[in-house]
Amino acid sequence: MIINHPLLGPRDANEFIHLGDESMIDRPDGMGEHAAKNFHEYLYLRDNPAGKYRELWYHEAGDRSWLVVTRDTVTHEIFNVELARDVARSRGRSK
Amino acid sequence: MRYSAFGILKQGLTGNKGWKPVWREPEPKKSYDYIIVGGGGHGLATAHYLAKVYGGKNIAVLEKGWIGSGNIGRNTTIVRSNYGLEGNQPFYEMSLKLWEGLEQDLNYNAMMSQRGILNLAHSDGQRDAYAKRGNAMLMSGADAELLDRAAIQKMCPFLNFDNERFPIKAGLLQRRAGTARHDAVAWGYARSADLHGVDIIQNCEVTGFQMKNGKCLGVQTSKGMIKAKKTAVCVAGASSRVMEKAGMRLPIESHVLQAFVSEGLKPTIPGVITYGAGHFYVSQSDKGGLVFGGDLDGYNSYAQRGNLPVVEDVCSGGMSIMPMIGRARLLRMWGGVMDMSMDGSPFIDKTGIEGLYFNGGWCYGGFKATPASGYCYAHLLATDTSHENASQMRLDRFIRGNMIDEKGVGAQPNLH
Amino acid sequence: MKQAHRINGGLVNKSKPIKFTFNNKQMTGYEGDTLASALLANGQRLVGRSFKYHRPRGIFSSGSEEPNALVQLRSGAHQEPNTRATVVELFDGLTSESQNHRGSLDFDIMSVTDLLSPFLGAGFYYKTFMWPKAFWEKIYEPIIRSSAGLGSLSKLEDPDKYDKGFLHCDLLIAGAGPSGLTAALAAGRAGARVIIADEDFLLGGRLLEEEHTVSGISGQDWVQKSKDELDAMPNVRILTRTTVYGSYDHGIYGALERKTDHLADSGNKPRQVLWRIYSKRAMICGGATERSIAFPNNDRPGIMLAGSVRAYATRYGVAAGTNIAIFTNNDSGWQTAVELVSKGINVTAVIDPRDTAPRAHIPGVAMIMGASVCDTQGRKGLNRITLTNGQVLNVDCLAVSGGWSPNVHLTCHQRGRPIWNDEIAGFVPGGNLPVGQSIAGASNGEMTLGAAIKSGHKTANAIVKELGLSPSRSQAPKAEDEGFAIMQYWHVAGYKQRAWIDLQNDVTSKDVKQSQAEGFKSVEHLKRYTTLGMATDQGKTSNILGLAVMAEATGKTIPETGTTIFRPPYSPVAIGAFGGRERGQHFHPTRLTPSHNWADEQGAEFVEVGNWMRAQWFPKSGDKTWRDSVDREVKKTRKSVGVCDVSTLGKIDIKGKDAAEFLNKIYSNPFAKVPVGRVRYGLMLREDGICYDDGTTARLAEHHFVMTTTTANAVLVYRNMEFARQCLFPDLDVHLISTTDQWAQFAIAGPNSRAVLSKIIDKVDMSNDGFPFMACSDVTVCGGTPGRLFRISFSGELAYEVAVPARYGDALIREIMAAGEEFDITPYGTEALGVMRIEKGHVTGAELNGQMTAFNVNMNNMVSVKKDSIGSVLSRREVMVADNQVRLVGVKTVEKTDSLSSGAHFLAKNDKPTTANDQGWITSVCYSPHFEQHIGLGFLERGHERHGEIIRAWDGVRGTDVLVEIVSSHMYDPEGGLQRG
Repeated sequence: MIINHPLLGPRDANEFIHLGDESMIDRPDGMGEHAAKNFHEYLYLRDNPAGKYRELWYHEAGDRSWLVVTRDTVTHEIFNVELARDVARSRGRSK
Repeated sequence: MRYSAFGILKQGLTGNKGWKPVWREPEPKKSYDYIIVGGGGHGLATAHYLAKVYGGKNIAVLEKGWIGSGNIGRNTTIVRSNYGLEGNQPFYEMSLKLWEGLEQDLNYNAMMSQRGILNLAHSDGQRDAYAKRGNAMLMSGADAELLDRAAIQKMCPFLNFDNERFPIKAGLLQRRAGTARHDAVAWGYARSADLHGVDIIQNCEVTGFQMKNGKCLGVQTSKGMIKAKKTAVCVAGASSRVMEKAGMRLPIESHVLQAFVSEGLKPTIPGVITYGAGHFYVSQSDKGGLVFGGDLDGYNSYAQRGNLPVVEDVCSGGMSIMPMIGRARLLRMWGGVMDMSMDGSPFIDKTGIEGLYFNGGWCYGGFKATPASGYCYAHLLATDTSHENASQMRLDRFIRGNMIDEKGVGAQPNLH
Repeated sequence: MKQAHRINGGLVNKSKPIKFTFNNKQMTGYEGDTLASALLANGQRLVGRSFKYHRPRGIFSSGSEEPNALVQLRSGAHQEPNTRATVVELFDGLTSESQNHRGSLDFDIMSVTDLLSPFLGAGFYYKTFMWPKAFWEKIYEPIIRSSAGLGSLSKLEDPDKYDKGFLHCDLLIAGAGPSGLTAALAAGRAGARVIIADEDFLLGGRLLEEEHTVSGISGQDWVQKSKDELDAMPNVRILTRTTVYGSYDHGIYGALERKTDHLADSGNKPRQVLWRIYSKRAMICGGATERSIAFPNNDRPGIMLAGSVRAYATRYGVAAGTNIAIFTNNDSGWQTAVELVSKGINVTAVIDPRDTAPRAHIPGVAMIMGASVCDTQGRKGLNRITLTNGQVLNVDCLAVSGGWSPNVHLTCHQRGRPIWNDEIAGFVPGGNLPVGQSIAGASNGEMTLGAAIKSGHKTANAIVKELGLSPSRSQAPKAEDEGFAIMQYWHVAGYKQRAWIDLQNDVTSKDVKQSQAEGFKSVEHLKRYTTLGMATDQGKTSNILGLAVMAEATGKTIPETGTTIFRPPYSPVAIGAFGGRERGQHFHPTRLTPSHNWADEQGAEFVEVGNWMRAQWFPKSGDKTWRDSVDREVKKTRKSVGVCDVSTLGKIDIKGKDAAEFLNKIYSNPFAKVPVGRVRYGLMLREDGICYDDGTTARLAEHHFVMTTTTANAVLVYRNMEFARQCLFPDLDVHLISTTDQWAQFAIAGPNSRAVLSKIIDKVDMSNDGFPFMACSDVTVCGGTPGRLFRISFSGELAYEVAVPARYGDALIREIMAAGEEFDITPYGTEALGVMRIEKGHVTGAELNGQMTAFNVNMNNMVSVKKDSIGSVLSRREVMVADNQVRLVGVKTVEKTDSLSSGAHFLAKNDKPTTANDQGWITSVCYSPHFEQHIGLGFLERGHERHGEIIRAWDGVRGTDVLVEIVSSHMYDPEGGLQRG
């Protein structure tokens, strides 16, 4: 596979490490209410779609960016690649 | 029809014209006591044990395509009980014992071949971890031996003892482990289940569950509505997609695992060998092909195919530990979709929905588990209690913190 | 030996004779021959035995689809089993042997299985060999195994080298037949970067094997002209002997180039190169493969594909027989007849089941319409055929054409399914090609030469436009559309004798019908039950035939029956090629510590730790065993001073205003208020609450921390921290950089460590007050070299770690050794390090194995409940903090002479070793020179409450069972006075 890195252009997927669902960005508040329940759902339960999937990849053999890749899990077609930090901010993870 | 030496002789002498279909092709009835969703190895085994051991009646197995089309049709056929954790090992040892009697139980030769599995260790730490595991195996009633380098060299002189990047230090050997003819396992269970009155319905896809007041009353299928007192899902590889129809999210991701087979060769290696410092394991089939594999590709996939980096990684592992295979040719590569669970261990459990049961999350260890999985699932369906050997394989174990994480890599499915 | 079957013409070089052997028989061929064409030229008809029935078999085809003519090529460690004689280029000194027979090829005793064939039909294994039970393992299976398989590996290390390479192009063209060459010319002229690859050693495809006219010149001349033009284009790369074996995601193709397989000796050059080709677009111009017809006894040597008989005559100048009959259901068989006759080969008859007028007028050839072949004779070679009209013909070669199957494999590797085309009686690509892929020519069902060339031209020009280039104005080459009409006629039914479908795996039409009768009706069931198409040829000549017979048996059409899935590789690829150079010592990179050369000079024993090589111990003369060395290193360190290279520990530089806040989230224990100039031990959890790493982190400045991780987890910790930084806390002002390789770091431990270091470190108050336990500082060493000093202890002694830029590591170890000479300083390796940390009760990867919590290692007080750090919430789940959890303990043997082993399990004194009685296990052991006995660490149920208990350490796999006393894990200097002193 080839991942079109937003900063570096197309790179072989072999340079990357795959983590999993984009929702790993949405870490619950550990001091909040229902933290145990929220963390269980966050860490263990997955939509696991057959089709479009937003997932985290890490450019370990490259610039060490974390990326959010939108990819089809049936065809492996990649539609979009974003910097995970931008996605994290857009999902409300700024301080 | 029962298979016997006499039967084969008779058929051979009369032009093999008397062979009967191995299973019926019934139309689905309107309702069943038990519906097993998924005609793979585990589903068919469940039907067999449910009917034969637990006296279940009025059972149907619904299969979307052809029976055995799931991972029992595309695995690397290894059978073993060499786990380390209490939540797993007694279960897999139960499975191995069932394998040992399978041919007689089914009157079908699944070609179970107990030629052993040897896990190579390449550091003192790995050796000690194998010792710990081997002891756990012995405690469960299984067999295990810790071999030193000299014993391994005697057994497998073709391994790389001269120029290995990670020298072989020791190995964990289970002699009773081995391989079986994967498709035949599905066919043997199907045939036996059919003989015990189970309706095996192929080309019947479950499209939804019929729910009422939080209870599951049956399934909607491509062949119409079918009612069931108990609906048992057994569709590893597609678990998330099917259970989503019941509104459940699972601690499972789908990943692709590639496997490889070489051209047929005269007997080359004794049993199953796994390379502890690389991503490579290998056995040789009865037909002579070297059957081998390695790690997951690592990304979520439902595609049943993988990519080249893993192919090359696996083969370089193979060349490192077994440099004689360089001139053997890789004949075919394929991928299977694995139900990768969050701790690498499976589930055989009730769901929160009355009348709906779940079996899945087998990662890439489902084949060897087929008999025990079927047995324990049948036990659960018949008695509504977990079989003692599957008592930890529960869906709520992550809430409770009772993970069965053999590899110790945590909630990271692509690493298990 | 005379080449009795050689005729005039062909592309072989008759001025270059080549000597070779087959089964030790000396033969001669010519340059340009394949092994198969040379064997045929020498009249060698019997070349192998089939897989199951050991039937005599001859050469069947002229290409990579060959099911029969598999030989063991070369000898010794170069022995190469299952090699298709049809693709082996002849070289001087080639040696080959037939396979799969016991006794000679002519008298194979295993051919008795053929007589037993009525009992060995489809799926017979599954119904038998079960009685008595014990016989399967001991008798039946070994027999099955030894008679199965084909060729043998030498069991010696493959002596050849294999390379890998990466290629990039605008357009990859797989196949250099007429459509591929036309496409390459069009795209090349337009300026596209083109790679054209063909499995053959010559370009041209069918134009080499058949007589045609292209744009007014002979097909072979047109090929040469095209090749010359392509050779002259700098933007075109031609790869012959290169099979594009697989299609992968995003336009990546796998290709195997055979570099030296056609030479007697690789001359130390790579045997093969595995290319990964990154293409913007790809064109599959793979041609088509001919298939047979299933008629009784259709497997004898001499029964061949018609197109191959034509190829041997035209390309190789070899007559496959002296009396040839042709059996065809389509027009290509007639073209073969015409071409053979034109070369003076004796064609006895053309037999065509179609009830039409003959498809060509060929003087001197019997043209028998509406008839089929219904039997054949000749045990080791065909000598007679019988027709359905009762005619008997004496022929030694029967050329069969059952039609042509487009080579759609590469279009289907991403699980696309082909669709049936009734007109050509074959599957053609469906609409779902891999992204960026196009297809042209016969592989797209355009079966005539004219159409293939036109489609190659048109498709390439369309691609050129999509690439943003301008197509050249050149016209497509012109060629005729020869006839290709076909009747869908698959097998000659109604006869008792077996009719083979899959020649190699011995699958006959009876097997297919039996499979159907037994309920194996899905095409996948058929394949798996009969093994149809699973041989080394992957069913290239047999799959369609099998489907057709199955379809007929089930009363369905072929498209309703469907196909099995096409899997890579297109043709088999040596495992060595996939492995490449990453084998032996080069399997993984080797990392050396900064003091490696110095340690090597000291005669150190090294051990692999991940990719690192670390000094394990330093033997001295007089040491009888490794234990002597290790014991000495421990004793001298504890008594005076020792030094150890700890550079392999992961090191991460953390900077930024929010660095402390960030670390407070990463570590489970508090980190926000670590004073500048102090080090803190930290525990790191995964989000699931399991401890996965520990180490020390030093605060060198307000906004600057230096973290150490374990050697094993250096990469993972860094990855996880980047995840936290970028994905979880994207706006914290913190930056990370891995500096593991940038710093050399040495631990100096023992009562005299301060004295030694005082001679090394510049201008630092080394007193206990001036630089107390857990102090850290930027320093200079040896008169100005930048460095860092940490007062931390893994051994439990007064100890420091000193770090310098990696390039000074070698110099520093020598300085330290010189400075320590007066104190009899000892270097120590990983074993002594391990002994001292076990004595001290520090955990490592053996304890933190990814399954253990802070609770298990008695460090639950290090998981702060006052803050939200990674893993803290889930570390408190009920089962993980239950009373009966295992807890870290120390163990000592009750008898001082007993030894311990890691991996032993704990049992109560009188308990049997069962899963239910299992109480825990030992994780680490050593002989302790301090305690003068074996000690260890382990996990025991409620272990923290059981100090003083005597239980058993049972190690069944090693056959030991010893009594141990449970003690605190902190065995050496539990109060910590030494390290603080």
